[in-house]
Parts: sequence; C-alpha cells; structure tokens
Amino acid sequence: MGKKILLKNDHIPGIQSYDVYRQHGGYASVEKALKTMTPEVIVEEVKKSGLRGRGGAGFPTGLKWSFLAKPEGVARYLVCNADESEPGTFKDRYLMERIPHLLIEGMIASSFALGAKTSYIYIRGEYFYVARILEQAIEEAYAKGWLGKNILGSGFDFDLHVHVGAGAYICGEETALLESLEGKRGNPRIKPPFPAIAGLYACPTIVNNVETIAAVVPIINDGGDAYAQIGIGKSTGTKLISASGHINKPGVYEIEMGITVEDFIYSDEYCGGIKGGRKLKAVVAGGSSVPILPAELILKTAAGEPRLMSYESLADGGFATGTMLGSGGFIVMDESTSIVKNLWNFSRFYHHESCGQCSPCREGTGWMEKILHRILEGHGKMSDVDLLWDIQGKIEGKTICPLGDAAAWPVASAIRHFRKEFEDYVQKPSSIKDVKHYYRLHEAGTAS
Amino acid sequence: MSATKEIKFSDESLALAEKLMKRYPEGKHKSAIIPILHIAQAEFDGWLSPQVMNYVASILKIQPIEVYEVASFYSMFNLKPVGKCLIEVCRTSSCWLLGAEDVISHIEKKLNIKVGETTADGMFSLKGVECLGSCGTAPMMQVGADYYENLTLDKVDNLIHRFKSEGKRKSYTDQAESKSV
Ligand SMILES: Cc1cc2nc3c(=O)[nH]c(=O)nc-3n(C[C@H](O)[C@H](O)[C@H](O)COP(=O)(O)O)c2cc1C
Ligand code: SF4
Ligand code: FES
Repeated sequence: MGKKILLKNDHIPGIQSYDVYRQHGGYASVEKALKTMTPEVIVEEVKKSGLRGRGGAGFPTGLKWSFLAKPEGVARYLVCNADESEPGTFKDRYLMERIPHLLIEGMIASSFALGAKTSYIYIRGEYFYVARILEQAIEEAYAKGWLGKNILGSGFDFDLHVHVGAGAYICGEETALLESLEGKRGNPRIKPPFPAIAGLYACPTIVNNVETIAAVVPIINDGGDAYAQIGIGKSTGTKLISASGHINKPGVYEIEMGITVEDFIYSDEYCGGIKGGRKLKAVVAGGSSVPILPAELILKTAAGEPRLMSYESLADGGFATGTMLGSGGFIVMDESTSIVKNLWNFSRFYHHESCGQCSPCREGTGWMEKILHRILEGHGKMSDVDLLWDIQGKIEGKTICPLGDAAAWPVASAIRHFRKEFEDYVQKPSSIKDVKHYYRLHEAGTAS
Repeated sequence: MSATKEIKFSDESLALAEKLMKRYPEGKHKSAIIPILHIAQAEFDGWLSPQVMNYVASILKIQPIEVYEVASFYSMFNLKPVGKCLIEVCRTSSCWLLGAEDVISHIEKKLNIKVGETTADGMFSLKGVECLGSCGTAPMMQVGADYYENLTLDKVDNLIHRFKSEGKRKSYTDQAESKSV
C-alpha cells in the first residue's frame, strides 16, 4: 500500500463529524501551532517541507507565504481556492466531502501562521451541497472553541466563512477569484501587484488550493523534514490524483510522488488498467490544460526512462515530449478515442470559459473551436492544421492570465503528437463518420 | 409564475441575506452578492428577472447595474425563465469520453426538446454544462443541489420519471438528497 497522509482516515465511518475526527487526532496541529509555535516557525516548517501548491502551478508554498506583506494595522487574508473547475479534477470535492474538518483545521493553522483573522473558502457554486457540509463542520468547530475569539486561550481570534461562486472556470484563477469574492465579475487582474501585496479588498492575501492547505496539517504535526522525506526530489509529499476516463477504477487516489505512471495506470491499487482490456492511446496527466501525451511518451520519457508521477518527471522533455503534473487531473483515453474530437471538446470549453478581456484569448479560442468543428464536419483543409498551430502560438504568453496558455497547450500538443489524425480527417472526410469518437454508453453496459 | 407576485424575500431569506452580508468586513457587504443571488433565484421561480435583480440591489444598497453585471457573468444564474427541473448534463472531457453525448441526445428525444429549451409544460429544461468535478463518476448530470453520477440511459429515464411525478422545483440551495440514484 502506498503512503497516505491526507486520506489516511477517510475510510473511518463518521469521519465527517467532529467527534470522530477529533478522536482520530483531529485538530492536533492547531493545538501544537497555537500552544508551541510562532507564526514564523510554522512558515519555516512549511518551507522545509518542500510543499508545492496543489492547485496546478506547483509554486513552493512556504516561499509564497514569505512574500505576504505585513503592514501595521492592515488586515491580511487567507483565501482557500475550492473552485475546482479544471476538467478532470475532482480531488478537492472528495477531500471536502469526506473529511471537511481537515480543511478547516488546515485553515486555522495556516491563518495563524499568516496572521489572518478572517479567512474565506471560495467554493464553486455547483458544489452547493459540499458548501453545506463545510458550513456544518465550521459550526461544530465554533461550538468546540476552535474558531472564534481567543482560541485555546492563545489570544488568536479567527473567523472562517464559506463563500459560494456561481459557475465560472475562470474564478479558479486567483485574481479572478478575488474579484468574484469582492462581488464582481470574475475578470483576472493585471499583475503586479500580486495578491500577497494587494489581494482581497486590496489587503495582503494568500490564495491556496484546498489540498495545499490540508497538507499543512501533517506538516505541523510531524514537522517539515518528515514531510520532505516522502516523495522524490523536489516533489515532496503525497499528491491527490483524480483519475478518470477509460480505466477500470476511476477515483481519487493519494499517491506518494515518485511511483511510476505505468504502475498508476495498470496496478490494481490504482486505476486497474484500461477498460475492456483495450489499448492505451493517450493521457492528459494534469487537468485539461496540460499537454496531452501519447501512450509511449506518458509511460516512458523520450530518453526511455520510466515516467514517474512527480512534477519533474512528468515535465521531463519540456513540451516537446513532456507535460505537467498540473492539478493531478489524470484523464486516460483508450484506442477508441478521437483526439481531434477530444480537442474540439477542450477548445469549446476554453472558448466558453474565456472571460473576454484579452483579444488573443477571446477571439483565438473561438477561432480554434470553429476550425476544429469544421474539420470534424468534414470541411477541413490541410492548411487548417497549420492555422490552428499558428493561432495557439499567438495566444500563448500574450494574455492577462494563464487561461490563454491553458487553451493553447492542448492544441499545440495534440497537433505535435497526433498530426496524422488531423490530416486523415481532412483528407478522408468520409472516414470521420466511421470513427467512434468515444466510448458509447450502450456499449459500456454495466461493466465496472 | 404569477405576474402579480410581489418581489420580496420571505422573512427567512431576508434574515439569511443579512447574516451573509455580515461575513464580510464593514463596507464590503457587496461581497455577498453571489450568495444572495442564489437565494433570490431559488425563491423567485428559478431565474433572475430584472425586477428580482433590482430587489437584490436594494438589499445590498448598490446600483442595479452592479447586479446585472454579476448575474450575467456566471453560468448558474438564469436570466430567462427555466423549467422546474433544470437538467444540467456535463459535456466536458471525461464525461464526453464516457458517453455524455448519448445522455444528451437521449434526453432530447425523451423530452422532445433541444439543449437550451424548456418542455411545453414548463417542467424540464436541458442544458449542457462544463466539468462539474465529478469526472471519476462520469457521465453525470446535476439537477438542483444533486449530482447524479455513473449515468446509464435507464438511470436517466428513472430520474426523469421521478422528477415528473414529484413535480417539484429543484434549486441549488435545496438540501441535497442522496447523491446516488
Ligand atoms: C484559468 C485558471 C484556473 C484555475 N483554477 C484553479 C482551481 O480551480 N483551483 C485551484 O486551486 N487553483 C486554480 N488555479 C490556480 C490558481 O490561480 C492559484 O495558482 C492557486 O489557487 C494557488 O494555490 P496553490 O499555490 O496552493 O496551488 C487556476 C489558474 C488558472 C489560470
Ligand atoms: S487570458 Fe482569457 S480568461 Fe484570462 S484574462 Fe485574458 S481573456 Fe480573460
Ligand atoms: S468531465 Fe464531467 S464532471 Fe468532470
């Protein structure tokens, strides 16, 4: 069995409730932090742990925390990013639904470390029922004295609130999230200033993903060094992977970083292999935004080394032959999948979700969607493939927020690795209707 | 929907709106706009009419345009009337890979409407939505507060039958029933 830290108790009946959570060691990190540690010491431990942001970018959390401005008399905020809208990602929902108190515990300890007296959990509106679970847990935590005034007699006052969104992928981008939390449209802000200087209500703010904040709990309990012992190289600790697509056992898995991709896909402990014993065609390893890789490159690097589930190994080879760990949204596609149609699906998504502030993103995502649609309808031209390539290149790096890049990378990588499939669609339009495109529901039957 | 219905929150909703506004610092109560719009949508027939948005503006003591701006940005807010049950089928990546298109076309046929339309009796509307964070249990759909996962066409039929016989409006703010079917 792999190493579990965050989900080590998720099988315990009733772990959702305060009493059971507490009986299994819950809130120990808050006790330890408030009674025996200073905020500075906690930040040091987080630095030592090597923890990297689990929302997608993988930025070192301790370093990010150390950037937080601390002007006298100005409020500071910690905002938890529970927007979780990156296609293929569902681990935060799992964590919040199963072990809501773990996030709350992490929020208290982290807010203490950052000097935040009020913090918010911004959760996507569709997760309304999860917001209710969190609110109930927060009520319990208030009732037991873990939230509110003078927590554990330490003099630390702290309030925690849940804030629901209303459907907008872009609100996962941290500055769009802050705009939304201020009651506005979710348009990303131009940086700098970064949130650590001027974030929520123009006050210094840290935005962290749900899983990042949950990981602070074991880091405080066991120490940063112990956390850094887990994993491989600069990919310390465990990672929650959301596994979906054509696999036998979809679900959320906590893995120790460094296991092989092959083991993750084929072993019974994790994905359990490809549905129906079919062949693996491609994987999107870190949510829809990261480059897609064909089977041979996801299982082995270009140099022939086994590919590992870690930030570095997945990125090995750069975008020419590698990808990114991203949010850990691991989407597996079998041989029946149409890469062109899958790409159209992604492009439609980004076009739909573009906030429209920058023209390369607003117009480019629409053009890419249209061209892909034209190819799928059998009206593609050979020059369309180059046109797609050209457009994605003119979006990447030229926008206010990284949604533009996120829209460009899937297009670039699909063309890079599967160009022939695009060309076949253009040259033999009649063949398109014979392509299966996806796993049909009636064929899926009840097979698990 | 009666045209004469006065636009005013129930006492309970008003109290909740007041409570929500207090979650934000002094003078920053505009932050509560999205949570309050959710309450309004649930209370006033599942959509936000200009009158409803004006009412929300009055509660928040902000200009109506500030409410329109926000309401029109977010996909969960309906600016036109919708059926009592808004069926939202995820059409993105993993759900698509596992048959979301089949689910959508099945519902279209069964209800005799297209995506974006409402049945003549006002009971159902159908919408295609983007990844709802339930990709491991694809294909899936959301109706009100509830996620219905690992869909098969039979499951969809049973659900539609049940919703129809219950005849109730479903809102995001409802207490979720069981998530499984
Ligand atoms: C378009 C876009 C969508 C994003 N969506 C999410 C999200 O749903 N959840 C999340 O935690 N981070 C998301 N991020 C990353 C956040 O901007 C931010 O980096 C993250 O919340 C920081 O937390 P971390 O350091 O703990 O990862 C998104 C970024 C972009 C550009
Ligand atoms: S890149 Fe796209 S989503 Fe981001 S700010 Fe520009 S238009 Fe909006
Ligand atoms: S792809 Fe449908 S829920 Fe994520």
